[in-house]
Amino acid sequence: MTNREIILGRIREALKIAAPYPTFHDSATTTSPLPASPQSWLPPVGETLEEQIQLFRRNAEDLKAGFRECTNANEAGQYIKELALAGGWKKIGRHSGELTDPVARELGLPEVRTDGGYAVNDLESCDAGLTECEALVAQTGSVLVSAPSAGGRALSVLPPHHVVLARRSQMVPDLTVALQRVQEKFKDNFPSFLSFISGPSRTGDIERILVLGAHGPKKLTILLLP
Amino acid sequence: MNIVQVLERLGHTVDYPEAQTCCGQPAFNSGFWDEARAVAERQIAIFQDAEIVVIASGSCGAMVKVFYPELFHGHPRETEARALAAKTFEFSDFLVNRLGVLDVGARFPGRATFHDGCHGLRELGLKNPPRQLLQHVRGLELVEMKEAETCCGFGGTFAVKFPMISTAMGEVKCASIAETGAEFVISNDSSCLMQIRGVLERQGKSVKTLHLAEVLAQT
Amino acid sequence: MNVHAKTFNEAARHQTADLRQRDWIQKALAGYYAKRDEFKNRFQSWSGARDTAAAVKWEAVNHLDRYLDEFASRLEARGTRVFWAPDAQAVRDYVVGVARQHQVRSIIKSKSMTAEEIHLNDTLEQAGFEVVESDLGEYIVQLRHEPPYHLVFPAMHLTRQQISDLFQDRLGSESTDNPEHLTMIARRVMRRKYCEADMGISGANFAIAETGMISITENEGNARLTTSLPKVHVAIVGIEKVLPKLSDLALFLPMLATAGAGQPITCYNTLYGGPRQPGEPDGPEEFHVVLLDNRRTELLADAEQRDALHCIRCGACLNVCPIFKNIGGHSYGTTYQGPIGSVITPHLRGLQDWKHLSQASSLCGACTETCPVKINLHHHLLHNRRNAIQARPARFEKLVQTGFVFMMRRPRLYEWAAGIGRILQPLQRLVQGTVLDPLRAWTKTRSFPPLAEKSFRELWRKRKKL
Repeated sequence: MTNREIILGRIREALKIAAPYPTFHDSATTTSPLPASPQSWLPPVGETLEEQIQLFRRNAEDLKAGFRECTNANEAGQYIKELALAGGWKKIGRHSGELTDPVARELGLPEVRTDGGYAVNDLESCDAGLTECEALVAQTGSVLVSAPSAGGRALSVLPPHHVVLARRSQMVPDLTVALQRVQEKFKDNFPSFLSFISGPSRTGDIERILVLGAHGPKKLTILLLP
Repeated sequence: MNIVQVLERLGHTVDYPEAQTCCGQPAFNSGFWDEARAVAERQIAIFQDAEIVVIASGSCGAMVKVFYPELFHGHPRETEARALAAKTFEFSDFLVNRLGVLDVGARFPGRATFHDGCHGLRELGLKNPPRQLLQHVRGLELVEMKEAETCCGFGGTFAVKFPMISTAMGEVKCASIAETGAEFVISNDSSCLMQIRGVLERQGKSVKTLHLAEVLAQT
Repeated sequence: MNVHAKTFNEAARHQTADLRQRDWIQKALAGYYAKRDEFKNRFQSWSGARDTAAAVKWEAVNHLDRYLDEFASRLEARGTRVFWAPDAQAVRDYVVGVARQHQVRSIIKSKSMTAEEIHLNDTLEQAGFEVVESDLGEYIVQLRHEPPYHLVFPAMHLTRQQISDLFQDRLGSESTDNPEHLTMIARRVMRRKYCEADMGISGANFAIAETGMISITENEGNARLTTSLPKVHVAIVGIEKVLPKLSDLALFLPMLATAGAGQPITCYNTLYGGPRQPGEPDGPEEFHVVLLDNRRTELLADAEQRDALHCIRCGACLNVCPIFKNIGGHSYGTTYQGPIGSVITPHLRGLQDWKHLSQASSLCGACTETCPVKINLHHHLLHNRRNAIQARPARFEKLVQTGFVFMMRRPRLYEWAAGIGRILQPLQRLVQGTVLDPLRAWTKTRSFPPLAEKSFRELWRKRKKL
C-alpha cells in the first residue's frame, strides 16, 4: 500500500462514525442553511466605486501604506520621481507593463527587469520595486499581486520600497469578489503565486511593539490611475 | 436561607427536600462519570415532583442544566434527566428570566463589585441577571472590575490538584477587585467566593465576600 | 505520576511564582484584547462569521478524504510533488532525502508548527544542514535554543534587553534597546540567507482543495522570501488544514487575523499553487507538499472530539486562557500550548502520558467562547478526563470517588460527616499549613472559611417547627 492509500484508508475508517453537524444553540443567528457568502458577516463595504475608493484610502492609511489618486500617468510618474529623490534611489527593479513602462522611462534610473529572469543579488540591491497588480481590495486595503502581474514573486517583496500602479477598474469591494475575479480570469491555469499585500512588512515580535520593514518592504505606495 | 427568604417575600412556596446531597459535579469533573451518574440519579429522583428547582450556585446549576443531559445521554434515565434540566434554574436566572422580577425590595448600602462565576456566565449565559438585580438594591454602588469575567481559579478539584495555578489565578482576580476600591465582592457561586475570600484573607485585605442571595435578602 | 506530569507541575510551580513574568504576559496581551475587540466589532456579525466558519470546517474535516484527494491531485497536475506522510519519521526522512538530492547546504525556514511538532530542525542539523529560522520571533528562540513560547508569538516572554543581549552575544551586534534597531539587525542577517539558501521550508495555514493551493499567512514577509528565492520549496501541511473552496479564504483570512493577532488582516496572505510555471521569472524549480498525519487520523476517529481538528491555529484560546497566562507557554512542554494543546496533545502523543494537561484547567470556558471555529474546547478537556479514567482508573482517586458516591447517596451520612467536620475544624486550625493538615493543598496559600455554625438543614428544620 502506498502512503496515500494508508492515510486515505485511515481517514475513511475514522469517518465511518458521523460527527454531529454544529448546532447553533448559543448563537445570535438561527438561519439555516447558512448564507452562501460570508459577505453578510464581514465588515460592510460601500455601494459605489467612489465609496470603495475612500474605504481603501482609509484602510491603506491605517496600514501605513501610502495611497494617491493620480489624474494621469504623467502625474504618477512625477510623484514617483519625488519618492525616488526623497529615498535616494539609485536603482529600481520592475517588470514590463502598460503602466510600468512609461513611469520607468520617466524615472530614467538604472533598472533590473525581472521579465526573463534576473540575478538575485541585482534585485537585492535595488532601492525600490515597481509593479502592477491584479486588484485592489477596498474592504481590507489590500493589493492583490500575482507572478504575471507583478514581475514574479520577489520583486514585490525584496526591495525596501514597493510601488504599485493600479487602475480604478481594478478596485474590487472585498476579498470574495477579488477571489472570484481571479478564478474567472485564470480558470484552471493559475499562476503559481498570488498574494494579498496589506501594508508594508511588519512585526510585533519584540515586546509586541510594531516595527515596519521586518523582512519585506518598509514602505508601500499605491498609485491609482484612471 | 437567604434564597428562601427572598422567594417567600415574593410570594412563593419553597420546599427543601432534605434527602438531597450533591449534584455530582466533583466526580463528573474528575472524569468519574459512572460515579457521577450514581449520585445524580438520586437527585433526579428526589426532585421528580418539583415544579421548579432553584439552585444557589452557577456551577451546580450548570451541572444540572447543561451536563445532566450529556451525562445521561443514551442512558435509561435520559428523559428524566432532561426534564430536571429543563425545570432547574440558577437563582438570578429564575428571578429575572422566569419571574421577570428585577427589584426584590432589597437594601444594602456599600460599594461592591460583581464576580462572574464561569459556569453561570458561560454555561448558563447569565451575564446580566445578577447585575440587573443588584442595580435595584437600594444604597448599593456597583462598580465593574476589569477582570470580572476572568476565572477566579477555583475549578473544583483543580483548586487542590494544581494549587499554585489556582492561587495565581485567585491573585489576579483579587488584584482586580482591589483596583475598584470596592468594600464587597459579590458573586452567585459559593465556591468562587470561598476561593476569593481565601486569597483576600491571606493577603490581609478587608474586602468582604457576599453571595448574591445574601445581598438580596437584606431589607 | 509520569515524568511529563511531574515536569509540568514543576514548571507551573516555578512560573506561577515568577510575578514579574506573570505581569509581563498580562501586559503583552492587553493590547491584543483591545484590538481584537475593535476589529471583531467591525464585522456585521462576528457570531454569524463563527457559525459559518464552524460549518465550513465541519464540511472539510468530515469529508477529509475527498478534499485531500482533490487537493493533492490538483497540486500534482501543476507539477508539485506531493508526499503523504503517515508519521513524523516519514517526513524527516523525506525532507533529508530531498535536501541530499539537491546537495543543499543551507536551508531557510519560515514559521511552521508542524515542523516543530516533528522536530525537523534537529534532524536536519544532525544531518549536517544549516537551518535558519527566518521569522523574527522564531529566530530569537532558535538562537536561545528554546522552543516557541506561544504558537503565534514565539518570543513574547522576552524583553528587548534580553533580545539585545542575545544578539550581542550570538551575532556580535551593538547593544541597543530600540526594537526597530533590533529588527533591522535580524533583517540584515536574513537577507543574506534568503539570497544564498538552497532550500526553503514552510508550513501552511490552509490547503485549498478546489484549486490545489496552499495559503500562508504572515506579517513579516519572511515566508514570501523563503519560498521565492531558493531552488526548492518544501511545505509541511497537517492534513486537517483543508478548506474546500478558494472563496472560503474571504472569511478565514480576516477571522484568523482578528482572533489571532487583533489585526483586520495579516500583512501577507499568499497562495502557492506549484513550482515556477512557464513564463514566470522566478520561483522554485521544485515544489514539494508534505501531507502530515502523525496521529491526526486517531483524533479524527474520535467523533466526539473530531471538531478539535477544525483548529486554524490562531492562538486566540491561548490569549484568553487564565492558566496559560499564569504558567506561560514553556510549562506545557509540548508543541501546541494552551487549551487547544491540552485537548489534542493527549491524542497526538498519548492519553495517559499527557492527560495532566487536560486536568490542569478550571474549565472556565473562555477558550470555547473565543474560538473562531467554535471548537468545544473546555468540554473536550472533560472528555479527555473521562477517557483517561475509563482506560486506567487511578486506584487512590477511584477509592475517594467511590467513598464520595457512598456518602452522597446517604443524606444522613452526609449530614453526619458535615457535623463531624464542624467539630474537627478547630483541630484543623491547629495543624493548618503543616504536614498534618489534610487541607494543606488549600491552606498553604489560602485561608479556609469557618463552616457555618448551623447547617442549612438545621435552620430549615427549626423554621418548619415555627
